[in-house]
Amino acid sequence: MAKRIDVEHLDVYYGDFLAVHDVTMTVPARSVTALIGPSGCGKSTVLRSLNRMHEVTRGGRVEGSIRLDGVDLYAPDMDPVLVRRMVGMVFQRPNPFPTMSIYDNVAAGLRLNGVKDKATLDGVVEQSLKGANLWTEVKDRLRKPGAGLSGGQQQRLCIARAIAVQPQVLLMDEPCSALDPISTLAIEDLITELKAAYTIVIVTHNMQQAARVSDQTAFFNLAATGKPGELIEVGPTSTIFSNPGVKATEDYIEGRFG
Amino acid sequence: MSVSTTSRVVVTFPDRTRARTQRDRAARVSMALAFVVAVIPLAWILVTVTTQGAQLLFSSTWWVNSQRGINSTMVGGGARHAINGTLIQAGVTALIAVPIGVLTAVYLVEFGRGRLARAVSFMVDILTGVPSIVAALFVYAVWVGTFGFQRVGFAVCLALVLLMIPVVVRTTEEMLKLVPNELREASLALGVPRWTTIVRVVLPTALSGIVTGVLLGLARVMGETAPLLILGPYTKNLATDLFSGLMPTLPTMINQDRSELGQAAAVERMWATALTLIVLVLVLNLAGRLVARLGSVSR
Repeated sequence: MAKRIDVEHLDVYYGDFLAVHDVTMTVPARSVTALIGPSGCGKSTVLRSLNRMHEVTRGGRVEGSIRLDGVDLYAPDMDPVLVRRMVGMVFQRPNPFPTMSIYDNVAAGLRLNGVKDKATLDGVVEQSLKGANLWTEVKDRLRKPGAGLSGGQQQRLCIARAIAVQPQVLLMDEPCSALDPISTLAIEDLITELKAAYTIVIVTHNMQQAARVSDQTAFFNLAATGKPGELIEVGPTSTIFSNPGVKATEDYIEGRFG
Repeated sequence: MSVSTTSRVVVTFPDRTRARTQRDRAARVSMALAFVVAVIPLAWILVTVTTQGAQLLFSSTWWVNSQRGINSTMVGGGARHAINGTLIQAGVTALIAVPIGVLTAVYLVEFGRGRLARAVSFMVDILTGVPSIVAALFVYAVWVGTFGFQRVGFAVCLALVLLMIPVVVRTTEEMLKLVPNELREASLALGVPRWTTIVRVVLPTALSGIVTGVLLGLARVMGETAPLLILGPYTKNLATDLFSGLMPTLPTMINQDRSELGQAAAVERMWATALTLIVLVLVLNLAGRLVARLGSVSR
């Protein structure tokens, strides 16, 4: 069910401000692609345009095309709600719904879209929590509030919630930046397992994390503050980290700026 | 100016520990005093009303009978007619004002952009500042003046609606603004449509705050007197029809018994009626908080 993503000549705007200019890249199915680059270079913006969450921001709009196995996500008759069901997202800070139990959090994407059958919901909740490596820790307290879990558990709960709607792609916006090293490791292990079934795009500020989990790395940079961010280069992670084609990539990865 | 590397500038902080502890103590004392000053009138009112009025509340007829056939020199009868009127009017007012108020707040927080939103927000501000007697006179002018209807309970409700809407809008708005944007995004990113996100995620998260706002609004309209004096004069008889005849209420009953000043029986009824109103508002508040707590997941 994983699908590949083709981004072509993508320009992303906030109102009149061009935030990201001319991004063209391909994300292969069943792989992890890491987006790296200094703050403000537009990697999160690109990520959010992959599931049309960018346009939720006031004035947010996009030019160019993004295709999911050939289907244009920005076609005029494409419903953004359907795009978001195909392309799930995990955010920087764990954000379980505070009024809902662990079970209800995972079931939310289905319930809020009209799925009521109890057996289906039970099955999906168990399967998703297992998929997020959280089942054994919470199976005895599914009716307890999701907000009562630790930060790392909450983030895995959010991953379970995202995969419960059975998307083809999973976007992660710095999913470990609010977590401690042990929880980070748990999430990274999980990402490696999830790529068997999903196409994953992850934004990270952590070079080691990009090197550990990703198959492909894309480096974004911006010429100066106020200038649009650009995709500098994209390639297999091993190449980008050992033998980058551009000096700026090497400088960034080695920690000389950013 | 250049600082040489050999001579470091050493900073000595003045010792202000003593001054700081003293200021701290002064602030604590004045805060405690302010609290006491604020509580004195409240406690005074509660003690006076309770001591003067509590006795009648325990009489067998108070919650059951009306004042029908009882004049100011006689003891006896009850406040049932006024309790009924106040509860019916407050209920109908809430039924109209809460949906309008909550939906307006949802519009302002979730959708409102540009001119229309600014205009709506400005109107709510104006409505907040409208004195109750002006709202009452406005409804009187339309209801009696323009349409030529009789003064009935429902006209009172309309005036109260005008007073309750801004309270509900403002408190609901504040509560919706407190709902973190990450929750809306989390829901949208699951492929949940926007209106479902608002109804099933945003509103439940803000529920307890919204309930508090509604209760504040209700408490305000239940004690409101000006619209009642203009649109719903007192009567001693039980009345349940909002659309014909006068409807007695607790504030107008208090006013009536006050106007019989000097008559011991009426004065005692006045205090008892006031206490009844306080008790009703208190019970509603507790019930509302309980509902809000049951509605959200326990920690």
